[in-house]
Amino acid sequence: MTLAAVSLADNRGRFDVERARADFPILKQRINGRPLVYLDNAASAQKPTLVLDAMRDVYETTYANVHRGVHTLSQRATVVFEAAREKVARFLNAGSADEIVFVRGATEAINLVAGSLGRRYLAAGDEVVISEMEHHANIVPWQLLREEKGIILRVVPIDDDGVLKLDAYRALLGPRTRLVSIAHVSNALGTVNPVAEIVREAHRAGAFVLIDGCQAVPHYPVDVRELGADFYALSSHKLYGPTSVGVLWGRGEVLAEMPPYQGGGEMIASVSFDKTTFKKPPHRFEAGTPAIAEAVGLGAAVDYLTGLGLAAVHAHEDALLAYATRRLGEVPGLRIIGTAPEKAAIVSFVMDGVHPHDIGTIVDQYGVAIRAGHHCAQPVMDRFGVAATARASFALYNTMAEVDALTEALAAVRELFPA
Amino acid sequence: MNGDLRELYQEVILDHGRSPRNFRLIEHPTGFAHGHNPMCGDALTVFLIVGADGRIADVAFQGKGCAISVASASLMTEVVKGRSVADAERLFAAFQRMCTDDSFDPDTADGDDRDALERLQALEGVRAFPIRVKCATLAWHTLNAALAGESGATTE
Repeated sequence: MTLAAVSLADNRGRFDVERARADFPILKQRINGRPLVYLDNAASAQKPTLVLDAMRDVYETTYANVHRGVHTLSQRATVVFEAAREKVARFLNAGSADEIVFVRGATEAINLVAGSLGRRYLAAGDEVVISEMEHHANIVPWQLLREEKGIILRVVPIDDDGVLKLDAYRALLGPRTRLVSIAHVSNALGTVNPVAEIVREAHRAGAFVLIDGCQAVPHYPVDVRELGADFYALSSHKLYGPTSVGVLWGRGEVLAEMPPYQGGGEMIASVSFDKTTFKKPPHRFEAGTPAIAEAVGLGAAVDYLTGLGLAAVHAHEDALLAYATRRLGEVPGLRIIGTAPEKAAIVSFVMDGVHPHDIGTIVDQYGVAIRAGHHCAQPVMDRFGVAATARASFALYNTMAEVDALTEALAAVRELFPA
Repeated sequence: MNGDLRELYQEVILDHGRSPRNFRLIEHPTGFAHGHNPMCGDALTVFLIVGADGRIADVAFQGKGCAISVASASLMTEVVKGRSVADAERLFAAFQRMCTDDSFDPDTADGDDRDALERLQALEGVRAFPIRVKCATLAWHTLNAALAGESGATTE
């Protein structure tokens, strides 16, 4: 799609990006004398005023510990905290708010499944299937479990476009497959995986399925019941919410059979030195005082996204992706890593004769923030034979003009490092 | 293009980054070490031969990295060859100060060091880019490890 066509679409009121930008105070600043062009959204997204206000309001009017006191503030804090759980449940179309476990982030969500379901129900020789495009957070917890329990880790390969090889996936599934844990969207490549099909095949093999949805939820409407997985993990901070909170959605009947992951206050029904009994999910998995204001902030973030409409957000980002792919293709010696037909608005790339770190430093001088490195996905880098890539990842507040700014900054890179 | 960038990516740096000197394997080194920057994945190996007189008779490196880390490794091999181990270590300390301390003045160094530091001054542009100091010092940390008989160094 051309720039002009996209502007026209904006004018028809599909998605007003300038209005959305006004919701994000941080975007107004200049970096190194240029307007900030923030294209590191896959690492962490910026926060709208609505989220900041919601958190400030908790601390100014409603804050106390939750689920404990009989006093008024504690009850109010509990109400807003649990209301945030309800909002997230609606956002994901979960069966009930009891299926929403608040964790620190997707990393903890995956560790929770490995530490609870994995330690209780997986034994030596049982197999866990992951993919070659996983973030380290969906690799290392299973390796730790392998060390402890002697499970076997199977890895689904990807092709040269960064597409999951589904035939290889099917061939890996077998009687010992107990769990499949795969990213919905690859953080390093942008590839969108055919999650519903992955889930169907896994269930046919009698395995549980965990979907790492970190990079999907900011871009697509996600309906966990429709996907049919057993677990879905996400981080608030990539979803325009605060850090230090995230969500593990788990199917109610699966969570009910899982032992606690950590012990402490909040998660118990009663404690004596002889016997302790645990609360039902989700509280069974929420030992200790949770991130209260952060959960409320996450609730505000999903309200914000629901208000904008994720379908409209997705259409806007899709246009950004198409435009960025075209403009970056014009830069001499630039190669995009990750060319799957189904992609989220993430563009990883390398340039002949320039290390990604040098690219990152130079474009930063033009106010453009991108990520340079292995993106916590070193097996992906190995697969494509590169040590690192530069990555521009887009959010709802990015514009076509910012794609142009990135392209111009890359021209300066070429000026210093001719192809 | 702004001044800080020009200062960082001087012609000397671009040249050594593109065509690093002493970029080779030494078959029978008296010491070698692997250097790794886990943040960016830069990895290089420094090989050296220390003679009976305690001087660095030969030094070379291989590996992959950004322009800054490759250029720094290349310049390092040029300035430490022929120096005693103690001299190389002192030069490293001075170079580290040069990369981080705005008040550093190479003219305060000893005569021999002064010449080397003038050569290394091409890298002082990293001072404006604190995150890149590790790129400039990776090869030196690795050299230090090789001199100390250690197998590796990381800049974390």
